[in-house]
Amino acid sequence: MTKPVNPADAAGRSITRRGLMLAGIQLGVVTTLALKLRSMQVEHAEQYRMLADGNSIKIRLLVPARGLIHDRNGIVIAGNEQNYRVTLTREEAGGDVEPVLRRLARLIPISDARMAELLDEFAKRSAITPIVLADRLTWEQFSSIAVNAPSLAGVTPESGLSRVYPRAGDMAHVLGYVGPVSDYDLSKIEDPDPVLMLPEFQLGKVGFEARMEEHLRGKAGQRRVEVNSAGREMRQLSRQEGEQGATVQMSLDARLQNYAAQRMGTESAAAVVIDVQTGDILTICSSPSFDPNKFVRGISSPDYKALMNHDHRPLADKTVQGVYPPGSTFKMVTLLAGLEAGVINAGSRFYCPGHTEVGGRRFHCWSRGGHGSVDAVTSLSHSCDVYYYELAQKVGIDRIAAMARRLGLGQRHDLPMSAVAEGIAPDRAWKQARYGQSWQVGDSLNASIGQGYVLASPLQLAVMTARLATGLEVKPRLVRAIDGVPQPAEDFPDLGLNPAFLRVARLGMDEVMNSATGTARRSRIVREDWRMAGKTGTSQVRNITAAERARGVVSNDQLPWNRRDHALFVCYAPYQAPRYAVSVVVEHGGGGSAVAAPIARDILLFALADGLPPLDAVPGDQQEAMEERHNAMRLFTPEAPRLTRA
Amino acid sequence: MSYLDYKVAQTPTGIRKILYLNWPLVFLIAAVASIGFLMLVSVAGGRVDTWAEPQMYRFAAGMVIIIALAFVPMWFWRGISVPAYVCCFLLLIAVELVGEIGMGAQRWIDIGPIRLQPSELMKISLVLLLAAYYDWLPARRVSRPLWVLIPVVLILAPTGLVLIQPDLGTSIMLVAGGGIVMFAAGVSLWYFGVVIAAAVGLVAAVLESRGTDWQLLKDYQFRRIDTFLDPTADPLGAGYNIIQSQIALGSGGWSGRGFMQGTQSRLNFLPEKHTDFIFTVLAEEFGFIGAMSLLALYTLIIGFCLYSALSNRDRFASLITVGISGTFFLYFAINMATVMGMLPAKGSPLPLVSYGGTSLMILLLGFGLVQSAHVHRPR
Repeated sequence: MTKPVNPADAAGRSITRRGLMLAGIQLGVVTTLALKLRSMQVEHAEQYRMLADGNSIKIRLLVPARGLIHDRNGIVIAGNEQNYRVTLTREEAGGDVEPVLRRLARLIPISDARMAELLDEFAKRSAITPIVLADRLTWEQFSSIAVNAPSLAGVTPESGLSRVYPRAGDMAHVLGYVGPVSDYDLSKIEDPDPVLMLPEFQLGKVGFEARMEEHLRGKAGQRRVEVNSAGREMRQLSRQEGEQGATVQMSLDARLQNYAAQRMGTESAAAVVIDVQTGDILTICSSPSFDPNKFVRGISSPDYKALMNHDHRPLADKTVQGVYPPGSTFKMVTLLAGLEAGVINAGSRFYCPGHTEVGGRRFHCWSRGGHGSVDAVTSLSHSCDVYYYELAQKVGIDRIAAMARRLGLGQRHDLPMSAVAEGIAPDRAWKQARYGQSWQVGDSLNASIGQGYVLASPLQLAVMTARLATGLEVKPRLVRAIDGVPQPAEDFPDLGLNPAFLRVARLGMDEVMNSATGTARRSRIVREDWRMAGKTGTSQVRNITAAERARGVVSNDQLPWNRRDHALFVCYAPYQAPRYAVSVVVEHGGGGSAVAAPIARDILLFALADGLPPLDAVPGDQQEAMEERHNAMRLFTPEAPRLTRA
Repeated sequence: MSYLDYKVAQTPTGIRKILYLNWPLVFLIAAVASIGFLMLVSVAGGRVDTWAEPQMYRFAAGMVIIIALAFVPMWFWRGISVPAYVCCFLLLIAVELVGEIGMGAQRWIDIGPIRLQPSELMKISLVLLLAAYYDWLPARRVSRPLWVLIPVVLILAPTGLVLIQPDLGTSIMLVAGGGIVMFAAGVSLWYFGVVIAAAVGLVAAVLESRGTDWQLLKDYQFRRIDTFLDPTADPLGAGYNIIQSQIALGSGGWSGRGFMQGTQSRLNFLPEKHTDFIFTVLAEEFGFIGAMSLLALYTLIIGFCLYSALSNRDRFASLITVGISGTFFLYFAINMATVMGMLPAKGSPLPLVSYGGTSLMILLLGFGLVQSAHVHRPR
């Protein structure tokens, strides 16, 4: 039924004309579309490209490797280790994490309590946030998770760096430790580095780690990642590793520190060794100690309680934080104050009948029978108290306090450690300000023998000894080099003390060790080139009542541990050309000469010998005991020192 | 001797008809569809079986339909134009009734495995009916008011049904498609002038009606208009799609980011990337060159259709060809303009490329009619 077509029909021409018009309109529209395309994709492409990148590209920070800490010989004392951990992302686990966790619990131990804790955390956090399930996995655990990854949806095994202290407890107090950043940490920092927000970042919490944070932290790296519209990471576009923190070389000698720690054993004690020429602290060791690695990994509550409840206070740093009445180790201060003030000279003598009466009060010498006629040198070698009672009344407390400060007591030595104590070098103004009371003569007498208000830390005593040994204003330091750049050793100014007076004090200290009647003669060094000078100290932690005195002096052995006297000892050697100054405080140790002096002498010997003390350096009758002690120690013997940056 | 100069003495018959198909058109359609398959693979992240494979089966079936329809003589189409229109109209009413029972806007009827969308079918049957009408109507009456009113009613009746579904996009397509046939048939330009003026007035009225008791559009449709006018006003809400689409498209640049390298589309910033926004993926991954190539292929399809129409002395066949190619033109122009932010987002597929059964089958059905018109043109 084909309809005949009339070619001459007007409609035929009409459709041709309209068809062409239609083609024209359509061509116009197509041209408009093409122009718009060109405008967007050619002319404004850059602008859209930027918007697109902003849409999908996010910058993620990479935690930088923390700077290493070396001892003076290049031994790593704070390093980084691989930490294997697993994270789980709820979204990738398909929303329900529990079955995945149960499956994972067959590979690594997850306690029921931990399981509940994790489920709680997953419920709280966003579905795309990876949550750390377990860290510090062994390589075996880590690889078994990696192998089973297909059946553990959303579980990602990761490895990162974590702080490790190879010397464990030896340097726990001076180094401190790192830990995860807490809200409290953040609240203290103004404008915190964004890297602090990363869950795996470790911040120096206390000690050297905290004080040297800016050097050790390094610079965060960056990863540019592509994320989808839900914020999930799809792929990594570029990775720029961070800059490791600076390697810091400390003045410490890891072996000496280790020996000191071992020598103090289980005593509640502190030892400081200073190089008197440079001020380098070779050892600053508080005993007993703790394992800082436990704090890095998150210490368990029973472990923490055990540390807190220990009566020897392992967490306290007795070297800088602990302050003690210095006892007789303070006598050099009083003596020099007297000599400098001109109220006595080296030959001035005082008579010691065993006690003295001042203002109706009786002040006792430690020797009940008295020392008889005492001059400056024997006042030290016999540690006569009455000499100082008499001297104190002549020189007055203010000059004693001034001398104490010149020798480094009663002032804070600014070391990069936590809670460095200032100690107390008391004077009239101090007592007035502190107690609102006027200074009494009796206070001066107590202070003159390092009792009463006087307080000093083992560090301060070591500095005092170094200053006495050199006559210079020795300042202690802990940092030898940062990133291979040596910190210049300071040229210490002269203390301005009369060298003749210093010689008197040093002679007294020499006679403490080396004269036939010296109080610490037993602890002397018999090798002449290492000849040692020192001073004992015993400081009371309680008042001796008249009743007790009437019954006779109570032996420390008969007292409960925490009421016994503190034993102190300061020394330096070699006497002729001093190199090292040592101070040792043994809390509640009893007498300074019996307890503290042998420890200090052994540590000093180790420093002088740069190794295990040779037996022939100590008196013959002690050699056997020393050998036994050495055999019982588990000493740190590093292989070849690693000086390169690991 | 070029193909366009090809002449035959008389209309081919039987199996020989296959030699007289508009083969360039067939290849152009296949080329566009192939671009579609490629993009469907890309948006599926390299997987063929997600979208590309079902689409290929549908396209293969569609090509068989094109060739089968090309064998059907013109008188058959003229004969079924009225019944087809009536059927579609009844189906639209049926959909409306089913929609009442179901929830919200229902646009299809499930007949066993086939999901029939009468509004899509109506696009073809309206063109058929109007072509038959103008073929029947003597040329001198074409612009007489009464004879203009009849096709207007024929257009507006189904449009009204589609509009209350509500499906504004398809309504506009029906009006525009019908208008193109009337335009080609030679209806006086004055009428078009009046209609355009009325449309502008209607738009003004619609915008004015917002927030009043007699609000003419749904709230979501108003929001789409707002979004179109200022996509940045609500970048994460209604404006999100358009902004993301423009960013993806523009960031493709001159040569694009490469196959499957489109960051925006792969990272799910782009919505509806396998259907309405597939052009954006193409533009992002193949850049200006890729987008222009597709636009050029579309233009060639329209060109071949128009040439076929203008060289066809059968008025009915000619009008069908113009009407169907016009509908096809509207499809891609609206989709492209939408994703480029030139028109409000209204959810229209990119013809032959977007994933989806109905629109592809309807388009291929239409091209079957175009082929039939071409094969049976008077010699």
